[in-house]
Amino acid sequence: MTVVFTITLGMLCAAGALTLARLLLGPSALDRIAAADVFVILIVAGTAVYVAVYRDGSNIPLLAAVALLGFVGSATAARLAERRERHR
Amino acid sequence: MTAVLTVLSCALLLTGAASCLLGALGLVRFPDLPSRLQAATKPQTLGLLLILFGTGLRLDLDDAATLVLVGLFQVLTAPVISQLLGRSAYRSGVLRRDVLVVDDLGARLSGDDDGAGTDRRNR
Repeated sequence: MTVVFTITLGMLCAAGALTLARLLLGPSALDRIAAADVFVILIVAGTAVYVAVYRDGSNIPLLAAVALLGFVGSATAARLAERRERHR
Repeated sequence: MTAVLTVLSCALLLTGAASCLLGALGLVRFPDLPSRLQAATKPQTLGLLLILFGTGLRLDLDDAATLVLVGLFQVLTAPVISQLLGRSAYRSGVLRRDVLVVDDLGARLSGDDDGAGTDRRNR
């Protein structure tokens, strides 16, 4: 069981590193927003694995809150980025 | 029964994490924004759903119900974000036209193929 969780978290960490690479490389602001959105999903997935490890349901509202926050943030940033790129 | 659930949960968690990893790999490797959006939405959503399912198998029923809510929310919002980003990319000219295969929106916007009375407000 522990081995499985280690492998799972390792894969999620690798995915997070790749996503951060895209976040840094860009090239446009929209690529960065897409990468940030994926990173939020990865955080939710990692927290879900944590919940599965400790079989502790008290962190589940956190999952819902982070998922909601990620959606609102990405949607707002997408609208702002469109305006900025257009006026450039 | 518990052993079966544990094995199933492990398999789901591993598959979900692998799907997330493949999606992140696509996000880095793909050449332009629309294909990156494919990698950013579909494998990530599938991976998250698998992980949530695997987590739910290890919890009580009332905790697992909230996980269903989280999964549903992700399924609903991922296409919205993808659509918003794609639209922003098209309208602001970030999109690379040379790698596009089909461009239906361009014909509509320029009025060549007049999309059956395209609304001027939408131009």
